[in-house]
Amino acid sequence: MSENGKNTDTLIEVKDLSKLYPADSGLFSGGDTFIHAVSGLNFSIKRGESVGLVGESGCGKTTTGKLLTRLIEPTEGSILLNTESGDMDIATMTSKETKDFRRRVQMIFQDPYESMNPRLTIYDTVAEPLDVQGIGNISERQARVSELLQTVGLTPASSFLFRYPHELSGGQRQRVAIARALVIEPDFIVADEPTSMLDVSVRTGVMKLMQDLAERLEVTTLYITHDLAVARYMCDRIAVMYLGKIVEIGETEEVLQNPRHPYTKALLSAVPIPDPTYKREAVDIKGGVSKPINPPARCRFYPRCPWADDYCESHDHPPLEDKSGDIHFTSCYHWEDNLEK
Amino acid sequence: MTEPLLQVENLTMHYTTRAGELSAVDNVSFSLKKGEALGLVGESGCGKTSVALTVLKLLPENGYIKEGKIIVNGKDIVPYTEQEMRKVRWGEISMVFQAAMNALNPVYRVGDQIIEALEEHQPQMTNKEMKQKVTELFELVGLESALMDRFPHEFSGGMRQRAVIAMALSCGPDMIIADEPTTALDVIVQDSLLKEMREFQDQLGMAMIYISHDVGVIAEVSDRVGVMYAGRLAEMGTAEEIFHDPIHPYTMALMSSFPSTVGEKTDLVLLPGEPPDLLNPPTGCRFHPRCPYATDVCKEEQPEFKEHSPGHLAACWHPRGEQS
Ligand SMILES: Nc1ncnc2c1ncn2[C@@H]1O[C@H](COP(=O)(O)OP(=O)(O)OP(=O)(O)O)[C@@H](O)[C@H]1O
Ligand SMILES: Nc1ncnc2c1ncn2[C@@H]1O[C@H](COP(=O)(O)OP(=O)(O)OP(=O)(O)O)[C@@H](O)[C@H]1O
Ligand SMILES: [Mg+2]
Ligand SMILES: [Mg+2]
Repeated sequence: MSENGKNTDTLIEVKDLSKLYPADSGLFSGGDTFIHAVSGLNFSIKRGESVGLVGESGCGKTTTGKLLTRLIEPTEGSILLNTESGDMDIATMTSKETKDFRRRVQMIFQDPYESMNPRLTIYDTVAEPLDVQGIGNISERQARVSELLQTVGLTPASSFLFRYPHELSGGQRQRVAIARALVIEPDFIVADEPTSMLDVSVRTGVMKLMQDLAERLEVTTLYITHDLAVARYMCDRIAVMYLGKIVEIGETEEVLQNPRHPYTKALLSAVPIPDPTYKREAVDIKGGVSKPINPPARCRFYPRCPWADDYCESHDHPPLEDKSGDIHFTSCYHWEDNLEK
Repeated sequence: MTEPLLQVENLTMHYTTRAGELSAVDNVSFSLKKGEALGLVGESGCGKTSVALTVLKLLPENGYIKEGKIIVNGKDIVPYTEQEMRKVRWGEISMVFQAAMNALNPVYRVGDQIIEALEEHQPQMTNKEMKQKVTELFELVGLESALMDRFPHEFSGGMRQRAVIAMALSCGPDMIIADEPTTALDVIVQDSLLKEMREFQDQLGMAMIYISHDVGVIAEVSDRVGVMYAGRLAEMGTAEEIFHDPIHPYTMALMSSFPSTVGEKTDLVLLPGEPPDLLNPPTGCRFHPRCPYATDVCKEEQPEFKEHSPGHLAACWHPRGEQS
């Protein structure tokens, strides 16, 4: 994000990235209305860094993940990937480059029920990337797959290898998806709610595995989650999204302890506390979600914001700025006036 | 005393696999009153979904009920035929599946899928009433009503989950089983959805079984909580008992190890040992290989699931870790 030249530490740099979907069914026919799923994103991820992407359901997290892994194409903008042979724009890769890219990048999908081939056994599912890339012989592959299953808590591995996805529980499937993504030791992983169905103990094991890998192999991760407690353990930085825009980004503890954007504040106050007698303060924004269909230029949080005023209404969406100079970026006109709240 | 809405007695269910019989639910008993919310927690793979699928008799081909009774509104449904079960599902018991994101038919508009369920179970409703009903349900789960006319692939993960919750509530069931219904929802949406569901429950006296791995969510929604381990109920009590006075060492471990956004960032504790293999479950108490208090008796004999104080049950030889 720094303007002063390019850092070689940067693995991915996202510039003015947007994804629009036509909103032409039902009420919104006409062809000139669009859902602005992702709208003008600018951020970068350093090599070996783990960035958490959090935000409301429908705000564009999965869309962002799919753009970064090139499962969908952007409407606008670029995604630069820093490679040995210079920068490569993910958005305009040739097919040869795409093949190489696929080896280095993996996406763990949000829905473990949708993303697995029902006809492949667990062994074949996890070993498939090794097979496609021609890595190792059969016995090496078997050893590798068993070891990974064991690490994600599918023990004994022998009891899982030859089952089919429908013979596993939801959390067990999620772990197979994780093992599959890690089996070729990629450079960059987009993990979309990878542990949403796992209990704390199993999840901790999986999180530790991913962290080890990140440290040992400098794996870079974009970790999409709605669980701020998980983000706290997994991520170096957190980016908070609201209706297609990043509204706050900074170091994890900093964002969690000193949230600045009113949406981040609300998000933090709504985290369930594991105690039936604990009564937390009421969340002061409503849970309804609006869809970003042809949104006005003003701040997208305006309709729900407790601080909204005429200034916000008559000006463009506030830029994502680091006014404080502490690499904690915020997109709000009023955060400084509301520091105590 | 009023009769419970649901009474599960000594339920045992197995899956037949190539590697042998997998013991997914073993001798589980519990009951649920009208309007009550029961939370079900436990490690991934411990049998929570299997309990739910058994109660609705929606087991896959290789799963079967070995023993036990499932009494719904006074009638044991274990011997029911598929035909008879159709009447029980939706109207008496409806379910939000764990695979909710995948439960919608990709080729139909989301609103039409709910209308279809209404047509089948509430045939007296007019078209206009049905549309109105869908609008209300969408509002309840925090979806704009204009989304009715869109297809599932145009929904995000969390939007799909909410649509499925709306569908499960559509026919006003006596009881709903919700299996990890909010895994894709952010905390604000989850918070308002849970509140709406509780209100809905209070208004209609609807009972609920809420399955989740998230102890925080369970604390917020449940009157009573059941803790499962390796296919068995380890403990059952009021939410407060489970959170503040756990008896079973597994519950004790579960309650002491969640990450939080408040307070000091502490190291995460991993439950020692490996998750149990249900193809060859441990003898005696199934938790004994991972239990810090285990003694010989734990390895040899299965502890009885018994009452320690009124309504607070646990299956453990060393309640609260005590060595007698
Ligand atoms: N193929 C598509 N066609 C039309 N609209 C789409 C499509 N995919 C996503 N959208 C819309 O784009 C917006 C962002 O969706 P996305 O899946 O990225 O959200 P998300 O942040 O991942 O949400 P969740 O946490 O619920 O999974 C939503 O309003 C969604 O309805
Ligand atoms: N169709 C099947 N055939 C064989 N085994 C199965 C089948 N479905 C589930 N199992 C096994 O039964 C056990 C219980 O599964 P279940 O889905 O009930 O777990 P769960 O508690 O819901 O877990 P999660 O929290 O991960 O969803 C698991 O060990 C799983 O591997
Ligand atoms: Mg998503
Ligand atoms: Mg399950």
